[in-house]
Amino acid sequence: MNFETTIGLEVHIELKTNSKIFSPSPVAYGADPNANTNVIDWGYPGVLPTTNKGVVADGIIAALALHATVEQHTHFDRKNYFYPDNPKAYQITQSDKPIGHDGWVEVDVDGVKKKIGIAEMHIEEDAGKNTHERDYSYVDLNRQGTPLIEIVSKPDIASPAEAYAYLEALRQRIQFTGISDVKMEEGSMRVDVNISVRPVGQKKFGTKTELKNLNSFNYVQRGLEYEEKRQQQVLMSGGSVQQETRRFDEKTGETILMRVKAGSDDYRYFPEPDLPSLNISDDWIKELGDAMPEMPGKRRERYVNELGLTDYDAMVITQTKEMSDFFDATVALKADPKMAANYLQGDVNAYLNEKQVDLQATKLTPANLAGMINLISDGTISSKMAKKVFKAITNGEEPKAYVEAHGLVQLSDPAKLQPIIDDVLSANPQSIEDFNNGKKRAVGYLVGQIMKQTHGQANPQVVNKLLMAALQQ
Amino acid sequence: MNYFDKDLAGLHADLVAKKISAKELTQATFDNIKATDPQIDAFLNLNEEAALNQAAEIDQQGINADQPLAGIPVGLKDNIVTKGLTTTAASKILENFKPVYDATVTEKLANAQMITVGKTNLDEFAMGGSTENSAFKTTKNAWDQTKVPGGSSGGSAAAVASGQVPVALGSDTGGSIRQPAAFNGIVGIKPTYGRVSRWGLIAFGSSLDQIGPMTRSVKDNATILSAIAGHDDHDLTSSTQAVPDFAADLNDATSVKGMRIGLPKEFLAEGVNPDVKAAILAAADTYRKLGATVDEVSLPHNKYGVAAYYIIASSEASSNLQRFDGIRYGYRAKDVKNLEDVYVKSRSEGFGEEVKRRIMLGTFSLSAGFYDAYFLKAAKVRTVIINDFKAVLKDHDFIMGPVAPTPAFGIGDEIKDPITMYMNDVLTIPVNLAGLPGLSLPAGFSNNLPVGMQLIGRPFDESTLYKAGYAFEQNTDFHLQVPTLGGQN
Repeated sequence: MNFETTIGLEVHIELKTNSKIFSPSPVAYGADPNANTNVIDWGYPGVLPTTNKGVVADGIIAALALHATVEQHTHFDRKNYFYPDNPKAYQITQSDKPIGHDGWVEVDVDGVKKKIGIAEMHIEEDAGKNTHERDYSYVDLNRQGTPLIEIVSKPDIASPAEAYAYLEALRQRIQFTGISDVKMEEGSMRVDVNISVRPVGQKKFGTKTELKNLNSFNYVQRGLEYEEKRQQQVLMSGGSVQQETRRFDEKTGETILMRVKAGSDDYRYFPEPDLPSLNISDDWIKELGDAMPEMPGKRRERYVNELGLTDYDAMVITQTKEMSDFFDATVALKADPKMAANYLQGDVNAYLNEKQVDLQATKLTPANLAGMINLISDGTISSKMAKKVFKAITNGEEPKAYVEAHGLVQLSDPAKLQPIIDDVLSANPQSIEDFNNGKKRAVGYLVGQIMKQTHGQANPQVVNKLLMAALQQ
Repeated sequence: MNYFDKDLAGLHADLVAKKISAKELTQATFDNIKATDPQIDAFLNLNEEAALNQAAEIDQQGINADQPLAGIPVGLKDNIVTKGLTTTAASKILENFKPVYDATVTEKLANAQMITVGKTNLDEFAMGGSTENSAFKTTKNAWDQTKVPGGSSGGSAAAVASGQVPVALGSDTGGSIRQPAAFNGIVGIKPTYGRVSRWGLIAFGSSLDQIGPMTRSVKDNATILSAIAGHDDHDLTSSTQAVPDFAADLNDATSVKGMRIGLPKEFLAEGVNPDVKAAILAAADTYRKLGATVDEVSLPHNKYGVAAYYIIASSEASSNLQRFDGIRYGYRAKDVKNLEDVYVKSRSEGFGEEVKRRIMLGTFSLSAGFYDAYFLKAAKVRTVIINDFKAVLKDHDFIMGPVAPTPAFGIGDEIKDPITMYMNDVLTIPVNLAGLPGLSLPAGFSNNLPVGMQLIGRPFDESTLYKAGYAFEQNTDFHLQVPTLGGQN
């Protein structure tokens, strides 16, 4: 029997605003429990929410970044449920009129391009956190009211690999807008997934299961792969898939039953009466759209078509906006694009990995990287010397000044090299003899001698040219 | 002393002239409350020490002519939060609850140097029309202590009517200022929705709730509304409309001349007590004599207001009251085994019967499968009612009618029959649904119990209501009559 798979993803993205979505409390991490809270966050009697306009702007930006239609006449709704980390016993969210709907992102899986639809995206508040210790439970409301955008996919995702590619596309596009850090490992991007399989040709979707504890894109893909196979086996052995929530086990790569879902929860949604409706003007949308940076897809096209990078290079460079901006700025300073791309993917990425920092947190600048690349291009330094220079620019040093101060200038002047070559040749008649007898290896030895005489500063290309000319006389 | 003879301007003049100090006035207020409250039970909680200290401070600074409210006592309905002063909403679930912040109106009155003397009784969470739903005590009508004071702002109404305080604030979700004002023969206004900040008002029906003043005269009422109204950054539903000095315009007893008044036939239909009807018809004649025209108009969908209201208000309340869960503040049940126990027991033991009834009604109305038939339908009815009012107010300056179909009823008479109780609000509820201002003022008596008249205006046109109310007051003497405590009048 052949099966087809349908995957749904609900992605929560935490916005990088200074204050909470409905209260002036700061959004900041690492504070003492309940330090970043006020009466609104406590759900105190008599308090009212106020809408953070910046969050609405971020919602519009996200909608634009994901090709969604901005809903210009929208409002907030209440989602009612009791839990200690939910102090009002309702979450202010959006239900029937989300701020964005009908968007899409393009993914590329093994060279096959596909558009994945986004059903809707809405802005809402996060809950606090409960922790349990011995006989006590503790509630920390610092996270309560942190702004979120929830992005819900259409049932277009047909494989775990597509799910991975969709998440990566979402992450990149949102990262480029700057509204969120979108980091799974820090919780600023969270993913809930559901998956169902059905025999090819069956119209009705299969029964879906939900997966929890998927803390990286890799785990999402692995969890889905396991679950896809599990459901297929259940169906092939004549069984039926239960509507249930399963937990992904990182160690075994399996999914384990958490709970069977009986019916659906009733959240009694209704329009939030404490907040006026939102009326979003054309002008505001235009203003936010005009200020949006060029998206990664467009940049990749430009890098490949105009700058001659490979698809792979373009993909790596556009992982983050900071890297891509850095590349653009470096190239704008006349650095060779291919070399700039190579350095960013190679030495720069290695450096970032070693130091475990983001590019923007280092002393590296486009001006210094371009300066170094240009010194290589014009022959002032060799790629070998560049290793030292790279180390210097990670400390914020200006490459040209560094090269001069450390005498790293490459010897390229034929007038200065010729006498050295002549000296080496007259000191090594045997090598000339060998060369004339067809032993090409002799050239290598002679070059080595010349480099030794110049303390490694001779330009190898110039030396080669001059040496060959002398030998062939 | 009582506040029967002096209005706010008179008290202010005495304070400026130092005929009485703020401290003496405050002390006299407490003495009177202590003497009279055993009969009417208007107050839940007094603020004696802090109030006397504040009054002494005001005396020390001196009261100038540009501080018209300085040193004057005020009572606050106990669903308005007061920093450090117990605020219960007359519910066991908030017994002994001391808020850490002030409501915007509390703050505005404090900035005007008014002295909060205490918190007045109400139906629990403002749900009710008789104050019998208070978890702590039943307030009595100032005119007849066997009758209810109305509700839910029954404590504020009885306190003002009995002369305990010159001013009290109430809140009105479906008539909770206007009906007790009518039952006690005083003046109360439910301002336009958005006129007064709701920050610090313990929410009942968020799309309907408004705070408003309850006073002995129209002019006093206008003075206090100007002091508490205005946009508040804490409440995005509060309006940015400029707040006029409402009282400044009140000097012409004939200002209704040339006005067109609508008298909806539905307001005098079946179920309205004959004395109430007679009082309103007499009031219409008074206005005609003053040069206004009074037309019979129609609000055809008025009769659907009560049903729509009890769905909308209860739905919002069911959500608003979920925060009383025993976790962070307020009552928590003992002997609980798990989280669900904390919720179920704390709420079962903490809430009274009427509150539970409305939570269930609202929860049901919002539930999947019922939402469209109830909440959504009620929201549509609300729009229809708004349009009814719009049509009439297009060519009428205001609408007049009774506040309640009957004068105050007996304590215990209706409390066991929620539907009869709900029908008392039939004439006030549509005004909340439409968000319009509604003024209640004395317009007659029925068997020695006050009868109230309601004036309903265009959005943010409280001015016209006050002018018309003032004109009526100047040409009648109902507001000058006062109850005698201790007997049936």
